[in-house]
Amino acid sequence: MSFGITRIELQEGPATRNAFGDALAEAGGRDERIVVLDGDVHNSTMTGAFMERFPQRSYNVGIAESNLIGIASGLAACGRIPVAASFSTFLLANAFDQIRMSVAFPNLNVKLVGSHAGISIGEDGPSQMAVEDIALATSLPGFTVVVPADGPSAKAATQAMLERSGPFFLRCGRPKVPVVYGNGAEFHLGKATQLRDGDDVTVIANGIMVAMALDAAEGLAEHGISTRVLDMHTVKPLDTAAVERAANETRGIVVAEEHLCWGGLGAAVSMVVAERHPTRMAFVNLGDTYATSGKPDELLAQFGLTPDAIIDAARRVLKD
Amino acid sequence: MASTQTHERSRLEDITTRLRLDIVRSTTEAGSGHPSSSLSMVELLTVLYFDGVLRHDPGRPDDPDRDRFILSKGHGAPGLYSVLAEAGYFPPEELLTLRKLGSPLEGHPNMNRLAGVEASTGSLGQGLSIGIGHALAARLDGRSYRVYVMTGDGEMEEGQVWEAVMFAGNHALDNLTLILDHNAYQQTGAVDDIEPLEPLEDKFRAFHWEARTIDGHDLDAVAEAYDWARRIEGKPQAIIARTVKGKGVSLLEKEPWKWHGKPLPKEEADKALAEIGGAA
Ligand SMILES: Cc1ncc(C[n+]2csc(CCOP(=O)(O)OP(=O)(O)O)c2C)c(N)n1
Ligand SMILES: [Mg+2]
Repeated sequence: MSFGITRIELQEGPATRNAFGDALAEAGGRDERIVVLDGDVHNSTMTGAFMERFPQRSYNVGIAESNLIGIASGLAACGRIPVAASFSTFLLANAFDQIRMSVAFPNLNVKLVGSHAGISIGEDGPSQMAVEDIALATSLPGFTVVVPADGPSAKAATQAMLERSGPFFLRCGRPKVPVVYGNGAEFHLGKATQLRDGDDVTVIANGIMVAMALDAAEGLAEHGISTRVLDMHTVKPLDTAAVERAANETRGIVVAEEHLCWGGLGAAVSMVVAERHPTRMAFVNLGDTYATSGKPDELLAQFGLTPDAIIDAARRVLKD
Repeated sequence: MASTQTHERSRLEDITTRLRLDIVRSTTEAGSGHPSSSLSMVELLTVLYFDGVLRHDPGRPDDPDRDRFILSKGHGAPGLYSVLAEAGYFPPEELLTLRKLGSPLEGHPNMNRLAGVEASTGSLGQGLSIGIGHALAARLDGRSYRVYVMTGDGEMEEGQVWEAVMFAGNHALDNLTLILDHNAYQQTGAVDDIEPLEPLEDKFRAFHWEARTIDGHDLDAVAEAYDWARRIEGKPQAIIARTVKGKGVSLLEKEPWKWHGKPLPKEEADKALAEIGGAA
């Protein structure tokens, strides 16, 4: 798929779920404490590689997400590092109370990994599309919430997740995505990655929107507009300093994400901007509606997640 | 021999009296809480904690080899706190701080604030799954501790409980015992009128558990049931304990549907304390 990218050349890389799965299997050999809990979807979430290599530390709990989270809670209380993976919406939405009560409130070291986030899963349609998961996960005290943009950063995020203590949500996607961490860009948990500098406008994005932001920046450059692109992979805790700098040093901020307009990255960035340095903002997201079935690229175009949508938003921000 | 047994028996009976007094006092002092839900568990917890069933050491609450007790029906917190105080996890005077600002004795158990609390509960249906996590960790780590989980009978209506029952049976978790406080009432009425549970033993057996029903206020029957559970290999065990909601306080016993989640008013509490066993 193209993600509507026409102006720049990016190499196609693995889906973030695959990068996660590979990194997890690797980490399993290094850290005996890791246990994988699967809700009958390991060939979708890509925990399968770990489960095959470490069957004695793997449980297919069945299609029972509430129980899955509770078991993860108990294992974490005993010093294990449970990685609980399912489709993002089946984890966060189906088992939210269990996550709240059995993981967040006791602040246990449970790693939630959701695959199939957003509408870019395509044909399976809205029931399988997590579009509220960031709102749900970031609402939980103590959680770290990360949305990687590509394979290399998903791999780094997985390693960071397993090394960091505390509850964690890693959001992965289904489709193969372009590599944006190809040129030596480094992933640091909790720190925005500046992938391009500019002084007219800043695009803050995560997930699949990062590659689109880079393409949009190129498009804006053709019109003499200089764009800073930040990969805000860590939604929580948010890199408030990077947001403040963007608000200070450029004339406005566009936030782009594959999520509903409520409670996502846009809301998180807005809070910082409003408090520290009010500036003009515009938002590229799914608005307040569910999507439908279709080819991923068709859906992204129909629901306004494209480089052109980012360009339009930047223009709105810069208009006097 | 006979006299040792009698002595032992009366020691346990004295404990049940103290626990009941503590439950009534602490909830009345707090002005809220769930005395009736706590009172039905008293004999079950007395035998578990004070008759050598649960291997635990209040001085080492993080001992990885300790047995675990998880109160899935977290609203029974006053009962659990009374037990933990009696066992020496904290000074009994603190029971009167129940539900007060700054006290670790929150309305529902908080594992990060009070030693001896194994899981933070209060949203019903979650404790058995957490217990499974502990039971699996024992297997993975080659440890021989046992895990006890107590649920309410109304709580059995939660779907997650049955997800957990299915998993534990299929994984033959014989280090896991479910204690079902079958006091026949839930918040708004009788379990039988809302979602009858029978045939309960059959349900557990169908999920590859062993199950037995006992009188949950008969100390000997409770002790025997724990012995029975420990001897079972290859299957988790369900102890279905028939209990009386509000046991020991006739006012609560008489109309349990009216008293769920309600502390006794001061005057009634005084009567109840006298009824339970005077000033101990
Ligand atoms: C998920 C959830 N729903 C509702 C409640 C409110 N609630 C607290 S206690 C209770 C009744 C519990 O009945 P039972 O399990 O029989 O326990 P008992 O008090 O009789 O021991 C309810 C509905 C809750 N705590 N958690
Ligand atoms: Mg009941």
